[in-house]
Amino acid sequence: MPESEQLLALYREMLIIRYTEEQLARSHQMGLIHGACHTYVGEEAIATGVCAHLRPDDAVFSTHRGHGHALAKGVSPREVIAELFGRSTGCSEGRGGSMHLFKPEVGMMGTSGIVGPCILQAAGAGYSFKLLKSDQIGVAFFGDGAVNNGAFHEGLNLASIWKLPTLFVCENNMYATEVPFAYSAGNPHVGNRGPAYGMKSLTVDGNDILAVYEAAGEAAQRARGGEGPTLIECRTYRTRAHAEGMRDAGYRTPEEVEEWKARDPITRYNGWLLENEEAGPETLAAIEAEVKEMVADAEEFARNSPWPEADTVSEHVFSQR
Amino acid sequence: MPEMTFVEATLEALDNAMARDPSIFVVGEGIGERGGNFNTTVGLYDKYGPERLCDTPISERGFVGMCAGAAMTGTRPVVDFMFFDFILDAFGELVNQIAKMQYMSSGRLKMPILLRGAIGIGHSAATHHSGSYYPIFAHLPGFRVVVPSVPSDAKGLFATALQSDDPVLFLEHKSLLFNRGEVPEGEYTIPFGQARIAREGTDCTLVAIGSMVDKTLAACERLAEEGISCEVIDPRTIAPLDMETVLASVHKTGRLLIVDETFQPCGVGAEISAQVIYRGFDDLDAPIRRLNGAHVPTPYSPTLEEATVPEAEEIEQSIRDLLAE
Ligand SMILES: Cc1ncc(C[n+]2csc(CCOP(=O)(O)OP(=O)(O)O)c2C)c(N)n1
Repeated sequence: MPESEQLLALYREMLIIRYTEEQLARSHQMGLIHGACHTYVGEEAIATGVCAHLRPDDAVFSTHRGHGHALAKGVSPREVIAELFGRSTGCSEGRGGSMHLFKPEVGMMGTSGIVGPCILQAAGAGYSFKLLKSDQIGVAFFGDGAVNNGAFHEGLNLASIWKLPTLFVCENNMYATEVPFAYSAGNPHVGNRGPAYGMKSLTVDGNDILAVYEAAGEAAQRARGGEGPTLIECRTYRTRAHAEGMRDAGYRTPEEVEEWKARDPITRYNGWLLENEEAGPETLAAIEAEVKEMVADAEEFARNSPWPEADTVSEHVFSQR
Repeated sequence: MPEMTFVEATLEALDNAMARDPSIFVVGEGIGERGGNFNTTVGLYDKYGPERLCDTPISERGFVGMCAGAAMTGTRPVVDFMFFDFILDAFGELVNQIAKMQYMSSGRLKMPILLRGAIGIGHSAATHHSGSYYPIFAHLPGFRVVVPSVPSDAKGLFATALQSDDPVLFLEHKSLLFNRGEVPEGEYTIPFGQARIAREGTDCTLVAIGSMVDKTLAACERLAEEGISCEVIDPRTIAPLDMETVLASVHKTGRLLIVDETFQPCGVGAEISAQVIYRGFDDLDAPIRRLNGAHVPTPYSPTLEEATVPEAEEIEQSIRDLLAE
């Protein structure tokens, strides 16, 4: 069980993600976001529980649904929102957008517009850290859709044979866009696939922050200790559409969505904190107010930020050296 | 100056760099104890061990993507493909990740990865072991593409590649690998984007790439007996491409032929031609010509295979045609 202070930090981090995502959804409706925007609403416990065990020098490689990973890894809401607004103050200085959020200074090695490669790159970070004899680790976050991609097979096998210090975190939200995972996977139990690669694997309730926290903590410790990679399947659900502005009907029932909303990771954790007297309602309300304020400030910051200068368009194709 | 083969020259550059920089590691199939299918890593396993000479499964996409992640996190991978054709299994990792990573991250990530492999047509290797593909990579922003033709250039360019923070494709024509040539001792680098004038002349300019350089020089040798004076330029790197040297030469000669084993459509010759037309139009005394390998998958049978590759006789004829315009 984490210390009280850590328990509240987890709560706060989940709220930062939730409120930032809700702000981004509103901003998208207002036309302030120029490209795609896949929100992480409903899945906050996973990034939060995993990244709580990471240091700034650990490397996270993420997906198209990556705002939560960036925020949990230490990219500020200001930098995330500004990037989606296409401003020069964004974490990728306007070259990336939602699916290319980079901040290597805190170990955020990118969200991605391509499903799959993050798995390989996290293994590569593991290879670097092993070669450099450091105790850093690489972490890949990916959806159930990526599990059927060749990158999953090749990446897990390579990580296993070389015992790379890597965590493979599958966020199984049951759908890839509108395709049910049960339709697209011959073996729909991701948590059972580890042994096929000689790797430890497990399944946890991805909407239970403490369960994710515990599983990730053990896996991170094993990786740092040279005991190799772990595959963690987190069962979860996205409660908004695949991407903002997309239809969200026809492939799942409103009842199913409501059922999962009742298992909302933040509401659940709020209840748990109160029930176990880890925090009083005033403390939690104060955190909520503080985070709301932070996100409102971030939006304002982003909206008032300058655009990138057009004459810098050719910079950074190659290294400046 | 000592003589050595192309392969020995790059091996020396690799060994020198690995001795100095512990973050360099090599991955590939059979590059460990075996020393590489083309002897590219002979002796290094004993010196640097299995983590720095890492034998891989047959998992091209996997280890290329993995090396992208490694290059982003403080090490310097060298991917040895054996035959360059196998890189195509990793095309997405190359184009969408490796080439774009520095840009996407606004220059805060580097991509110091060297990808090497044997290219080219010969020895009835047939169509899955004969590809070169470099025009495809030169088309894309983010790659350095090196195609050396002599051992001394191979060594210096390989050393440069091992210091570059950009992704470098280092492509070695199979027919050159065991050619011998004089190679300076010690460590040296050759900058990317600087062509080498392989032969000076005044009547026409010939740009030849990779294995075409020697064949073109042989054609020029014969024409010299008739008093025809050809200039031969070896670009050495396709990206960046040294157009200044080509333009200066065309300014002098007024005629240009590009000799390249790879396919003609949308190729390196098309790019050079377009730039010369735009920037050196008034220097031209004749239409620019291109001589390329046949635009077909590479056949197996020797008679068919020979028909796909420009030989010295054909090059000689093309030069005569160019001069007759
Ligand atoms: C290689 C590749 N193919 C297709 C797509 C288009 N695409 C974007 S998101 C997505 C679904 C991904 O599902 P999943 O991995 O389960 O993640 P989720 O969206 O459910 O979080 C698809 C098919 C892509 N980005 N990359």
